[in-house]
Amino acid sequence: MAVEASLDTAQDAGRLPARPAPRPPARPATGERPAIRLALTGIALAFLVVFLFLPLVAVFAQALAGGWQTYLEALQEPDAQAAIRLTLLTAAIAVPLNCVFGICAAWCIARFEFTGKSLLTTLIDLPFSVSPVISGMVYVLLFGLHGLLGPWLREHDIQIVFALPGIVLATIFVTFPFVARELIPLMQEQGSEEEEAALVMGASGWQTFLWVTLPKIRWGLLYGVLLCNARAMGEFGAVAVVSGHIRGETTTMPLHVEILYNEYNMVAAFAVASLLALLALVTLTAKALLEWRYADELAATRRH
Amino acid sequence: MTGLVLKRPSILPGFGLTLGITIAYLSLVVLIPLAALAANAAGLGWSGFWNAVLTPRVLAAFRVTFGTSLAAGLINAVFGLLVAWVLVRYEFPGHRIVDALVDLPFALPTAVAGIALTALYAGNGWIGGLLEPMGLKVAFTPLGIVVALTFVGLPFVVRTVQPVLQDLEAEQEEAAAVLGAGRLQTFLRVILPAILPALLTGFTLAFARALGEYGSVIFIAGNLPMVSEIVPLLIIIKLEQFDYAGATAIGTLMLMASFALLLAINLLQRWTRARHGG
Repeated sequence: MAVEASLDTAQDAGRLPARPAPRPPARPATGERPAIRLALTGIALAFLVVFLFLPLVAVFAQALAGGWQTYLEALQEPDAQAAIRLTLLTAAIAVPLNCVFGICAAWCIARFEFTGKSLLTTLIDLPFSVSPVISGMVYVLLFGLHGLLGPWLREHDIQIVFALPGIVLATIFVTFPFVARELIPLMQEQGSEEEEAALVMGASGWQTFLWVTLPKIRWGLLYGVLLCNARAMGEFGAVAVVSGHIRGETTTMPLHVEILYNEYNMVAAFAVASLLALLALVTLTAKALLEWRYADELAATRRH
Repeated sequence: MTGLVLKRPSILPGFGLTLGITIAYLSLVVLIPLAALAANAAGLGWSGFWNAVLTPRVLAAFRVTFGTSLAAGLINAVFGLLVAWVLVRYEFPGHRIVDALVDLPFALPTAVAGIALTALYAGNGWIGGLLEPMGLKVAFTPLGIVVALTFVGLPFVVRTVQPVLQDLEAEQEEAAAVLGAGRLQTFLRVILPAILPALLTGFTLAFARALGEYGSVIFIAGNLPMVSEIVPLLIIIKLEQFDYAGATAIGTLMLMASFALLLAINLLQRWTRARHGG
């Protein structure tokens, strides 16, 4: 043993000088020279700083331009508070409705083969290709004073446009596809074998959904809800058309930002805007965390 | 009814219920309102429709909207490809944060983006203050619209090109290198043709989004009729004047443009899938 050990050491010692000196790894034939790498990275980052990072910083810089005191006062102003409440209320109605719809749509599209399936899938995505302004306009044409149903609604004293129902409808329209388009590909990938097994073993349809399907899709569902909520709270164009801009009554946070901005009340406008920017940052962070941590439980297109 | 439409029987329950809810909700929220727009447009008649559209102000708005959207789409095609390339191929500190930040335009409300960009590019802003002494006015000109639309469209190009670039096999590039091609030659003749469908899809998505964009544009545009007035704003102006005929005609034309682009995007995506076998 000892001899062998010493032999090994001797051999090792003898070999050492022959071992090639560490060399930087050769540049692979399919890579760029370091200088070009650095230049491309530099240009890309500079572009992102100018177009994405600076606007974000500008929101907070402008909001705090008058100091924390002014900032907090701007947020406590009654109209700002009303706008925050309206935004939260709108999202609280629109997001759960789209959530239920998204689950239903994903269940029938991902689990069954039926005639007209691809047409239905295309129609669900439709609101994403419609300009927000047109999304709002269709409701004005339908429910507005001079709209198709306008006279009937006025007779029955129902107000939809320039009131909460119109704002909620417009918000639902623009956030319509978010949950469904996350869940459909996810549930298609997962297949329905586990659900079939549960049913065969005697579980009811509801039990199968609650105990088998829901746990499988929960992170995908959360992902869709996050994006849906961010858009619901931040939507501007569609809501601007149906809101009527009645201050303190039908102005959501983005509309309140517009009003303050047009009154040259910059600090207050950016203060309310900073809350929306914070929401965007929270959404992005949560979204990135989901993509990193639960990549296996999201649709393949979301994996990084 | 379920038996009629179902192509393959399934032991899973809930088909009728979920399909019913889906179709009812889709019809109430999306299809019936869009049909109302179509009905209004049909009510205008052929000459009424074109009389509302073929006015100098409307035509100028269409020129501004399409021109700026095209410019922003092209800027995004170039820089979006560069950003996707750098994110996929290179490692650098803060890589993950930069990757997450690319989605900011999806998450940041458009009105917030609009006032932030205006504050940056106005004469007294951080960027405007640098550019204006050089004689370059961005805010309150069509150039400002291009800036806002570039912001809004960037993630579309990056997120479409990124996965394709990631899945690209190294073998073809190696073969090109072995055969004596330089990197630029390899990029232009091997890599670019492979990612072209994805790049075109991203460009079209960004372009389509830019056509309908309202919130981020109106603050920075200056909104001068004939010069920097976009179509969505013109629709809102018509609605506020109760000119429903005008708004309907312009809106229908925009909607047709959107649907044509949607069709183009679907064809491009089919091309991408055929190319990558995914």
